[in-house]
Amino acid sequence: MTGTSARSSTAIANLQRLCENELKGQYELEIVDVLQQPQRAEDEKILATPTLIKQLPLPLRRVIGDLSDKEKVLLGLAVHAQSPGAVIPPAA
Amino acid sequence: MAINAAHPAVQKLRTGISSLDIIAKGGLPKNRTTLISGTAGSGKTVFAVHFLAAGIELGEPGVFVTFEEAADDIRKNMRSFGWDLAQWEKDGKLAFVDASPDPHIDSVEAGGFDLGALVARVENAVRKVKATRVAVDSLGAVFSQFSDQAMVRSELFRISAALKAMGVTAVLTAERTDDHGPVARFGVEEFIADNVMILRNALEAETRRRTIEILKFRGCDHQKGEYPFTIVPHGGVIVIPLSAMQLSMKSSDVRISSGNPALDEMSGGGFFRDSVTLVSGATGTGKTLTVAQFLQGGVAEGEKCLLLAFEESRDQLVRNAKGWGFDFETMEREGLLKVVCDYPDVQGLEDWLVTIQAIIKDFKPKRVALDSLSALENVGTAKAFREFVIGLTSFIKHQEITGMFTSTTASLMGGDSITESHISTLTDSIILLRYVEMFGDMKRGLTVLKMRGSWHDKAIREFTIDKGGMQMGRAFRNVTGILSGSPVHVSPSDIERVWRQFDADVDRRQADSEAKKADS
Repeated sequence: MTGTSARSSTAIANLQRLCENELKGQYELEIVDVLQQPQRAEDEKILATPTLIKQLPLPLRRVIGDLSDKEKVLLGLAVHAQSPGAVIPPAA
Repeated sequence: MAINAAHPAVQKLRTGISSLDIIAKGGLPKNRTTLISGTAGSGKTVFAVHFLAAGIELGEPGVFVTFEEAADDIRKNMRSFGWDLAQWEKDGKLAFVDASPDPHIDSVEAGGFDLGALVARVENAVRKVKATRVAVDSLGAVFSQFSDQAMVRSELFRISAALKAMGVTAVLTAERTDDHGPVARFGVEEFIADNVMILRNALEAETRRRTIEILKFRGCDHQKGEYPFTIVPHGGVIVIPLSAMQLSMKSSDVRISSGNPALDEMSGGGFFRDSVTLVSGATGTGKTLTVAQFLQGGVAEGEKCLLLAFEESRDQLVRNAKGWGFDFETMEREGLLKVVCDYPDVQGLEDWLVTIQAIIKDFKPKRVALDSLSALENVGTAKAFREFVIGLTSFIKHQEITGMFTSTTASLMGGDSITESHISTLTDSIILLRYVEMFGDMKRGLTVLKMRGSWHDKAIREFTIDKGGMQMGRAFRNVTGILSGSPVHVSPSDIERVWRQFDADVDRRQADSEAKKADS
């Protein structure tokens, strides 16, 4: 995310709500401000903000945007394990 | 920022690409962004890298933002131009912002976003190497990475504003779909339209011809129109600035020998030091001989001479020259002569011009002969050919080199060639070589048709070729119509009558003026 922009705040709020509801106690979240640490954006080759990177479990996935579309976020992260029998979508 | 009324107009940044600085009248507008637009393969990326490389050589660090090719590919590709990007990165003179699409990263769009991270990365890189130059390649590729085009457009605008705020001079490349259509795709010219340059790579008569055009520089001057350019290994982008070099030629009144005393006499004491002579004639009339004696004349005076031969092989040339009594091999061994033989078709005319200029700069000859222009004529379009001749002529004049070009006429008897009509105004002297048919014999004739700034013999003289080279004989007095290719014999009595008439006129005029003098 970038500084304290409205979009960044929305994204953080959306993500925290989603994690609490779907992955309670099973997640670790790090927030990086690319205005403060631009080199990390360089290393990760990030263009868009906000960007969510799922590092574990593999595969590595990225979701860009303010995460307002919950279904797309879950689909993108491939962590839709809550509803039983759900099929993990193959890599796009 | 307050605008100071006394502030000078837009400043220019000398790019270090010398030929570009000429057509840009000093360089690119400083602290501004310039859009470089061109079709695929028009040389945008090379141009962008050259802009940074030239800066680094001038001690100005740069940042390269790539949206298209991966940074590693660019590092590799640019090695052939002699630019070691990796070394410059190590030295802290160059930084990459690699924003090329990575096939290993899956990403999904979920909600609104902007390119804030990219802006932060560019700013970071500029700060890191203290860059004064930034190249962005290419804008079109950003659009293909994201679905929301309006967002990309406004974000690119933000980047260009950020670049301006950082005080860097930037070039941004953009694709266009055809060489003479809209400035660029995705309407990028709407937000960076201050300065626009267009690179073209047009297909004309089966040959590719690159041109560069400065469409506009807001608030400052530049040369107008398309200029040919070429991309060469270990040189990068080389623009051929025609109009810029044409009118600043020096003029020398030092005479040099043509290598043949009789021809020197006919041309009023020899050729001028910085003149270019065109030798025109049908095949076999003695053009290469004229060239050979011109070179011999130079070598005899200890001058370095260069021969660019596009018609004959080295062996043929050496053998023929030997037949005329000129020992090319010894001259070459002594380092006074350099013979360059090649097929004209191996490269385009722009490349030939650059190659020839490089040879001349390296060898530093006092005389240059090119045999023949006609062989090069078919390599490119008529326009490209004219530009080649202008470029070469003005280049050798600048170096105070005496030039001699040959051109082959299509018809055996008289007539003129396209080459001639294209370039006769560019050369200072023209020597015509003609076959003259007389009573079943083919004789050779030579005349000095034009010689700028000098008296010259107006007669058409007969010459023969033997082991000593060209032997000048008498003028053809009883033949008329040699130049038009239809010689007609005139009986000596007719000639006498014409001359007597002429003399009578002169006598009468003299008598008149004397009478007038007596009256007054």
